[in-house]
Amino acid sequence: MSWRRRNLERDAAREIAAATVDDDRPMDPGSILELQNLCTTFHTDEGAVKAVDDVSLRIRRGSTTCIVGESGSGKSATARSIIQVVDHPGRVDAGRVLYRPAADRPAADRPAADRPVVDLAALDATGPGIRSIRGREIGLVFQEPMSSLSPVHTIGDQIGELLELHERLAPAAARERVIDDLRRVGIPRPEERFGAYTFQLSGGMRQRAMIAMALVCRPSLLIADEPTTALDVTTQAQILDLLAELKESLGMTLMFITHDLGVVAEIADDVVVMRHGKVVEHGPVDQIFHDPRHEYTRELLAALPQRTTLAVDEPAQAAAAEQPARPLLRIEDLEMTFEAAAGTMFGRRRRTERVNAVDKVTLDIPEGSTVGLVGESGCGKTTLGRCVLRAYRPTAGRLLYTGADGRETDLARLSEKELLPFRRQIRMVFQDPYGSLNPRMTVRQVVGEPLRVAGLASGSELDGRVEEMLERVGLKRSMAGRYPHAFSGGERQRIGIARALITEPRLVVADEAVSALDVSVRTQILELLAELQGDLGLTYLFISHDLSVVERICDQVAVMYFGVMVEHGPAEQVFADPRHGYTRALLSAVPVADPRQRGTRSRVDYEPEDSAA
Amino acid sequence: MWRFIAMRVLHVIPTLIAISMIAFFIIQLPPGDFLSTQVARLEAAGQSVDQAQMDALRERYGIGEPFWVQYAKWIGNIVLHGDFGLSFQFQQPVSTLIADRLPLTLALGIATLMFTWAIALPAGIYSAIKQHTWGDYTISGIGFVALAVPQFLAALVLAYLGFALFDQSVGGMFSPEYVNAPWGIGKFVDLLGHLWIPVVVIGLAGTAGIIRVTRANMLDELNKPYVITARAKGLSEGKLVTKYPVRIAMNPFISTAGWHLPSLFDGEIIVAQVLALGTIGPLLLEALKSQDMYLAGGIILIIAVLTVIGTLISDLLLAAVDPRVRFGKA
Repeated sequence: MSWRRRNLERDAAREIAAATVDDDRPMDPGSILELQNLCTTFHTDEGAVKAVDDVSLRIRRGSTTCIVGESGSGKSATARSIIQVVDHPGRVDAGRVLYRPAADRPAADRPAADRPVVDLAALDATGPGIRSIRGREIGLVFQEPMSSLSPVHTIGDQIGELLELHERLAPAAARERVIDDLRRVGIPRPEERFGAYTFQLSGGMRQRAMIAMALVCRPSLLIADEPTTALDVTTQAQILDLLAELKESLGMTLMFITHDLGVVAEIADDVVVMRHGKVVEHGPVDQIFHDPRHEYTRELLAALPQRTTLAVDEPAQAAAAEQPARPLLRIEDLEMTFEAAAGTMFGRRRRTERVNAVDKVTLDIPEGSTVGLVGESGCGKTTLGRCVLRAYRPTAGRLLYTGADGRETDLARLSEKELLPFRRQIRMVFQDPYGSLNPRMTVRQVVGEPLRVAGLASGSELDGRVEEMLERVGLKRSMAGRYPHAFSGGERQRIGIARALITEPRLVVADEAVSALDVSVRTQILELLAELQGDLGLTYLFISHDLSVVERICDQVAVMYFGVMVEHGPAEQVFADPRHGYTRALLSAVPVADPRQRGTRSRVDYEPEDSAA
Repeated sequence: MWRFIAMRVLHVIPTLIAISMIAFFIIQLPPGDFLSTQVARLEAAGQSVDQAQMDALRERYGIGEPFWVQYAKWIGNIVLHGDFGLSFQFQQPVSTLIADRLPLTLALGIATLMFTWAIALPAGIYSAIKQHTWGDYTISGIGFVALAVPQFLAALVLAYLGFALFDQSVGGMFSPEYVNAPWGIGKFVDLLGHLWIPVVVIGLAGTAGIIRVTRANMLDELNKPYVITARAKGLSEGKLVTKYPVRIAMNPFISTAGWHLPSLFDGEIIVAQVLALGTIGPLLLEALKSQDMYLAGGIILIIAVLTVIGTLISDLLLAAVDPRVRFGKA
């Protein structure tokens, strides 16, 4: 064993020595990492795709450098190219990845003198050289901690493995270190969690465990690839705080990949903006936000819904508050209870657990308005939306809907058959523009289906109405014959909107309708929704976890927390003067997209007094 | 955990009862009862029939009484005394016949299973890791050929090769001089010399399927993000592949491992017949051909019970290796 270890270390040292770079293109002394003309190509059957195209950038030691860009910009591929863990058909083709190990880092097998600069791209992708760097000197945190950790190994096993590998600790000693580190990243009861599996932890806890794993060997450089994208806004704020604190206490350099400019403004020292695999702009955070040089950076910033902390009271808004006496939909004491079989197959007892997903919610949706429904995942906002659509039958309460003729109907009690005419009047736009369109139906079939099944139109009349609707949502008539896969995410969401609007509805429930879209596309879709509202007199129930979007487009906002509506009021009032502690916590957790406001606000934590909630 | 095992075992009991009824129903299917068949046979051979003995047998098996009474006597004797009845073809108790052939059957079955796994699992994993390389194509090609070649043909070819190249006797598990010899080193070596032909023949056909399943599972798992995570830790390719994707890709395999239990018992009937192996498979075939119904019924019952037990073992194994099953999350 020790003989193999020694051999391995000798090979690693030899490989690294071979990849050591003479100073023909010297590296800046303050840099920890420099990419020089890096190219990473995915060799697919359809030909080569350049994911990273001649990228050069520099990361100062001790800094936080954010790489921003929209999906497909090559930011993740760049990060993975650094330690050569690109997904399968991808390969680092050209360029150099210069890495300077910390001078003060006491290495076990070498004197602590300043070590030479190594070109990581010159190392064999599976050889001992790069492997001695991965995990030990450069740690990596991924976006989705559920799929990035093995479901069948315990957290402790997966973290401790690094210590056994790089520091040759015995399992018992590794266990001690892992428990210490789990505690350090804020996981309560770390002794118990050591033996937990990923699916037993919440999203935030999983990401903490992932961070503990990346940091357990105390790397000099941490690469975090969208580490907070899958998390709720309050959890995101906690993870960002944690990363900042750990970076400080461990003296690390942080390379942070994100699409969220708000996060960038909160944490970055330097910013690299990427598009189509190329770096379009590279500079200090203040310059990027306040003096962007490149056209694309300006576009990105303009697309950003600005959440200003300044309370702007516009009296003009009061005029809009003159509402008709009766709302389009009045939700009264709505309750939705799910019965779930709790306890595991191996548990001592099986019991049915009642979950109050929606607990006595009362909300008016005035005609022609946009009502925002916000809250974290699991708060019941989607359930409420589905009750309104009557996809679920509410357990109790009323859904009083005022028809075009002024008659009021309680949708909560209607049978499936009686609901049919209302199904055309209340429609839904889904979150996932990929999963919500049948890939085997043409756009004409997808959009026309609601009319066809309702028997409202057929033949050329149906086709005419579908094409008219496509034009209305900003697509071309000629696109009707194509299949969904031929469209981009934004275009698909337009198709989804066309499908919702084809039956001339009065109320549209948009459940996270723009959450899966890139910032610039999101702006276009929001503009489209606003335009359609004006033209067609639509009413929106807009469900979102993204407060900046809700603030931008909603007239009224309802905040939900564990099934209960904790606050409800006009948007300006809720955002400027939140009454409930939870709303305050939620608002304070939203990153502000202006680096100059960093540190001017304090985060509020909300601890519900009633722990039964 | 113990509660889960207890529950699963309790679920097995009604299944077993139903199976035993069906097995007995099959025994009863041929016209007439086995005593009259035997009487007819004895008389045809010119032998006299001992009426007292016949009456005793009639009483013992409840012949002439309703189905349920006969079933109760049959299953009662099996459960209480381990008595499966009498094979009238061999004029021996069924249990003795089975017990005689059991060691060889198990030896063949286990050797085949080990051979199959030892070849198929590494081949499937290699094939997935080296997808679209010559190694992958070669393994897949050989696998398909092995699947497509009829087993009896392969058995004949290998038996001929064994005879022509190694001067082995054709058929059987032993050379003539060892057939009736007592067990010893020599006999054991002789057994190994003969065993490889059925093992290779039966094993190769089984490998193709397992290679394909393993390869497909591995390809799914190899692209999962947790593999990249493991790579980013600095693990070597071999270590990370065996620790993470292989572990998960084995799940479908483990969940079907118990299904091999019945095939350990009956073996491959056709190959065993062609190679004249003294295993239980040919015994079952013989019993079915000659309507030796207590023998056939006994073997069918044992195979069915082993199938149920094998499934139970698989369930327990899967729960043991996959925490998602254990905690009811998958």
